[in-house]
Amino acid sequence: MREFGYERVHDVSGAVALLGADPDARYLGGGTNLVDLMKTGVERPARLIDVRDLPLDQIEATPDGGLRIGATVTNSDLAAHPDVRSRYPGLAQAVLAGASGQLRNMATVGGNLLQRTRCGYFTDTAKPCNKRVPGSGCPAIEGEHHNHAILGASEHCVATHPSDMGVALTAFDAVVHYETADGPGELPFAEFYLPVGDTPHLETALPPGALITGITLPPAPVAAHSRYRKVRERASYAFAIGSIAGALDVRDGVVHEVRLAFGAVASRPWRAHAAERALTGGPATGEAFAAAADAELAAAETLPHNGYKVTLMRNLVVAMLTELSEEAVR
Amino acid sequence: MTTTTGTAAVTPSVGTAHTRVEGREKVTGAARYAGEIPFADLAHGWLVVSTIARGRIRAVESAPVEAMPGVLTVLHHGNAPQVDGEYVGLLGKPDPTVTLFQTDRVPFAGWPVALVVAETPEQAREAAEALVVRYDEEPHDVAFSAAHPGARKPEDPSAETEKGDLAAELAAAATVVDAEYTTPEEHHAMMEPHAATARWDGGRLEVVDSNQGSMWVADELAKMFSLDLGSVRVLSEHVGGGFGSKGLRPHQVAAVMATTVLHRPVRVVLTRRQMFSITGYRSPTVQRVRLGADAEGRLSAFGHEALSLTSTVHQFIERSADYGRAMYDADAHHTVNRVVALDVPTPTFVRAPGEAPGSFALESALDELAEKCGLDPIALRARNEPEAGPVSGLPYSTRRVIDCFEEGARRFGWADRDPRPGLRREGRWLLGTGTAAATFPSNAMPSTAAVTAEADGTFTVRITAADIGTGARTALTQIAADALEVEPSRIHMRIADSDFGQAMIAGGSMGTRSWAWAVTSAAKELREQLALGGAIPEQGITARSNTAEAIGALAQKERHSFGAQFAEVAVDTATGEVRVRRMLGIFAAGRIVNPLTARSQLRGGMVWGLSMALHEEAIRDRAFGSHVGPDLAGYHVAAHADVPPIEVGWVDDPDPDDPVGIKGIGEVGIVGAAAAIANAVWHATGVRHRHLPIRPDRVLLAGTAPGGDVDA
Repeated sequence: MREFGYERVHDVSGAVALLGADPDARYLGGGTNLVDLMKTGVERPARLIDVRDLPLDQIEATPDGGLRIGATVTNSDLAAHPDVRSRYPGLAQAVLAGASGQLRNMATVGGNLLQRTRCGYFTDTAKPCNKRVPGSGCPAIEGEHHNHAILGASEHCVATHPSDMGVALTAFDAVVHYETADGPGELPFAEFYLPVGDTPHLETALPPGALITGITLPPAPVAAHSRYRKVRERASYAFAIGSIAGALDVRDGVVHEVRLAFGAVASRPWRAHAAERALTGGPATGEAFAAAADAELAAAETLPHNGYKVTLMRNLVVAMLTELSEEAVR
Repeated sequence: MTTTTGTAAVTPSVGTAHTRVEGREKVTGAARYAGEIPFADLAHGWLVVSTIARGRIRAVESAPVEAMPGVLTVLHHGNAPQVDGEYVGLLGKPDPTVTLFQTDRVPFAGWPVALVVAETPEQAREAAEALVVRYDEEPHDVAFSAAHPGARKPEDPSAETEKGDLAAELAAAATVVDAEYTTPEEHHAMMEPHAATARWDGGRLEVVDSNQGSMWVADELAKMFSLDLGSVRVLSEHVGGGFGSKGLRPHQVAAVMATTVLHRPVRVVLTRRQMFSITGYRSPTVQRVRLGADAEGRLSAFGHEALSLTSTVHQFIERSADYGRAMYDADAHHTVNRVVALDVPTPTFVRAPGEAPGSFALESALDELAEKCGLDPIALRARNEPEAGPVSGLPYSTRRVIDCFEEGARRFGWADRDPRPGLRREGRWLLGTGTAAATFPSNAMPSTAAVTAEADGTFTVRITAADIGTGARTALTQIAADALEVEPSRIHMRIADSDFGQAMIAGGSMGTRSWAWAVTSAAKELREQLALGGAIPEQGITARSNTAEAIGALAQKERHSFGAQFAEVAVDTATGEVRVRRMLGIFAAGRIVNPLTARSQLRGGMVWGLSMALHEEAIRDRAFGSHVGPDLAGYHVAAHADVPPIEVGWVDDPDPDDPVGIKGIGEVGIVGAAAAIANAVWHATGVRHRHLPIRPDRVLLAGTAPGGDVDA
C-alpha cells in the first residue's frame, strides 16, 4: 500500500483547485470502496482529498417539485429522508438494499456514483483486466462470469456496475451536477456513464478533475408509486445478481406511465427504455409485462454461466409490474 | 489459612449455564489478540506469495526493495535459514508450505516466495507489493472433476472398507438410489487472521501466536528449527476462531526466521487473501452414493465413493466416505475415499472434516430413498438402526440418534408434515421442511495438567488447552470447580502456554473431553494430598496428572456423538432465492458441561451448515490457477439476515467411560445441517439439489421440474 498524503477540504473551489493541481490525487468520500481498492493496490493515489466536510450534505426540495441531493449526503441519510421516502420510495429502498448499516453510514451519494465494479479480475492486480490495465485482456469472458453483464457489454469488458442507488436514479432521470476549475456543469444520468466499447477504463463523462456536487431528481409523480427489488446470493451484504427499480401509473387498465431500470446486468445502471416503450399506452396485464421484458432482453448477450440472468430479469419485471399494478387497483 | 475442598454447600457447576470467564475482557477490548500485543523494538514482516500456479522462481529482485524506507531484510529461497522439513510431528511430516523458502519450486498460486521485514507494517506491505519476483512458468492443472485421470485410492488402508457384493445387492434391491453429489471448495473464514510475534528471550524462543494448540506449534517449531523443545515457548491466550486452520502455518515460521536473522521481535500477520491460499481449506468433493433397499426400506446395499483433491506437495484427504461406516449398515457395504493431486494449495481439516460434506451426500440420498420407498425419512432411519458398528462390529458406547429424531420431531411439529413436495405456497414463496441425521466421532487424547492449591484458598489450574472461541476456558473452570467441590470463582484457569506441558489440541471435538479428563484427574490427586491436612505453603501444593494410561486402557467401542437436524425453508423459484425460516438441532453428545456456550457452539455449527448449503463457494480460475475474489466480499458466508431462529437441544447421553461423561460437541452441529436444508428445498419445490451451494441461479434454472437436477 502506497504511502499517501491526506487533506480535508471545506469549500468546493478549494477541493477542485487541490485536485486539479495533482493528477495523482483522489477525492475521498466515505472511502467504502476507494480504501479497499487502495489496500489491494488497484488504486495507488499519492494524495487523498477528503470532501466529507464540504457543505454539500443537504437534501432540499427544488422549486419545480423535485429534489436536490448534496454529494456528501450519506446513504443512510438519503434513505431516511421523508421526501425521498414519500416521493421516490424506490430510491430509498434501493439505498437500503445496498451494503450494510455501517457502510451506509459512511458512504456518500457522490462516491456511490463513482464506485468501481466488484469483478474479481478487476480487484486482483495479479490478473489482466482491460478496465484496470487497458489492453491487458478480459479473463472473465473465459473464466468466472456468473455475475457478469448481459446487456451493453463488449468483448473488452463484461463487468457490471455494482450500485443499487444508481438503478433507482436512472429510473427517475436524475441529473448529476459537478464543479471543475472552469465552473459548474451537469450531466443527465443517461449520459453520465459511458458505453463500454473498447474503452472500459473510461467510465464516466465527467471532465478531468471534476467534483460531483450533487444530484437533482426532476419532479416525477409516477415515482411516488415506485419500488426496488434486489436479488443476491445472500439476504444482506452482497451485491445484486439482478435488481430492478420500477414505477407505474395505470389508469383504467392502461399503462399511462412506467419507469423501469435494471441493476447488475450492465456496466452501468440500465434504463429499460425498450420495455417502457412497449408498455406505455398498452394494457397492464401479465402478458404485456412479459412481452415488455422480452423486448428489453432481446438485446441480451449471455456467456456460458450468466444466461440465468435473462430469466431472472424477465421474472423480476413481471413480478414488479404485477405488484405495482395490483397496488394501484387497491 | 487452610484450603478446603468438598464443601457440602457448593452446588455442582457442570450442567449449569456460566458466562465466559473472560467475557468481560473480550467485550471491553481488554483481551489482547496475537496481532495486537505490544512489544518494544517490534519489526513487521509481510509475506509475498506467488502469482503463478506452477513453475520455478528465476529471480527475486530484492535489491531495490531493500533500499525502500524502513526495510530491514528480504528473506527468500536464496538466503533464508535452512530448516528441517523431514521431521515427524503430531500429524506426520510437515506440509512443505510451512517450511518456507527452501526451494525455488512453486507448486501452487499463493505459495510463499519471500518475506519482507520493515520497521512498520505499512512499509513492509508497500515493499512486499513492490518486490519483483520473476518466474519460469510451467503449465498447471487445477481442474477438479470425477473423471480426472489422476484420481487414485491412497495407500492408507483405511481409505476403503468393503463387505458383501454391492453390485449383486443393488441388482436385487426393490428400490435403488444412485446419485452424484458435489460440494465446492470451502474456507474456514474465521474472524481473526493468523498472527504471530516471535522473539529470542534469554536463549529461549518465544512465540505469541493464535493457534489451536500451543504445545503442538512449539513441538513443530522446535523440530523444524532443530531446537530443544524446552527452549521454545508458545503462547496463545485468546483465539478468534480456528476451525482446523490454526496449526503450524507460514506466519509462525516466517516470524521465527526473521527474528533469528534480525535479533529483534518480528510480527507476521496474514492478510485475508493470503489466508485463502496458505492456511488450508476444505477440498471440493464429488461423491457417488448408491443405496439399495427392500420393499420395507431396509438397506441391503450401501455404497459411498468420495473424491477430494490435495496439493502436489502434501496429501490431505477429505474423508467424506467415512460418514456411513458408523452410521448405516447393509449386507453389502462399500466406502472409499479417493484423491487427486492438483496444482492447488494443500487442503486441511475444516470443521467436521469428512462428515460435513459426507453427510450432505448421504443424508440427501437417504431422503431420496425415503421418497422412493414412500416412507417418512425418520421412519426410514429408524428402520435402519444398526446393532453394532457396520464395519467394525464393535458395540456403541451409546447411540441415541432415534431419540434425537423423536424429540426433534415433537418440537418441530414433524407429525403434521405432508410428505408430498411442491404443495405449500405463501405469496411468492414455496415452503418445505427437511431432516437429516448427524454424527461425529468421540475420542480423547492423552493430556497432562497441574492443579495447585494456593495459600490464599484459591486454586490454579495449568493446562496447555486452547480456547478458540468455544468456551473451553469456562468449561474447564466448571469442571475443576466440581472436581475440587469448590465455587468456580475460586479457580484460576490458565491455558494456552506450552510451558504447561503436553496436552491435546483444540481439534477433532476432543479438546474439552481430553483436557477435562486431565484436570479431573489432577484435582482428584490434589484432594488426596490435601486430605492429609496441614497448612498450604506459600508456593502452594501442586498435583499433576497424565491421562495416557487411562485413555490407553479404554475398551474398543464405536464412540460417537449423534444428532437430528430439522429445517424449514422458503423458496422463490422465480428468483431462485432460498431463505431458511427455522432450524432445530437435537443432539446426543455426551454430558453438556456449560449449556450456554454449548448451545452457542452447536448453533454456530448449524449456522455454518446453512452457510454451506446456500452460500459458501471459493471460485478458482482454471486459466490462472488462483482464486477469484478471495476475500469476505467475494466469499459469501451467511449474513445475520440469512440466519433464522435456531433452536438447539439435547437428550441426556453421558459417555459411560468418561470421568465427566463428555463426548464432544465441537463438530456435530454442522453435520447434516446442509442435507436437512437441501431436503427441505426438495420438499418445497420438488427439485433435488445435489450440488452445493444451492445458489439462486441453480434454483432458478431448475424451477419446479420434478426430478430436476442442475449441474451448472
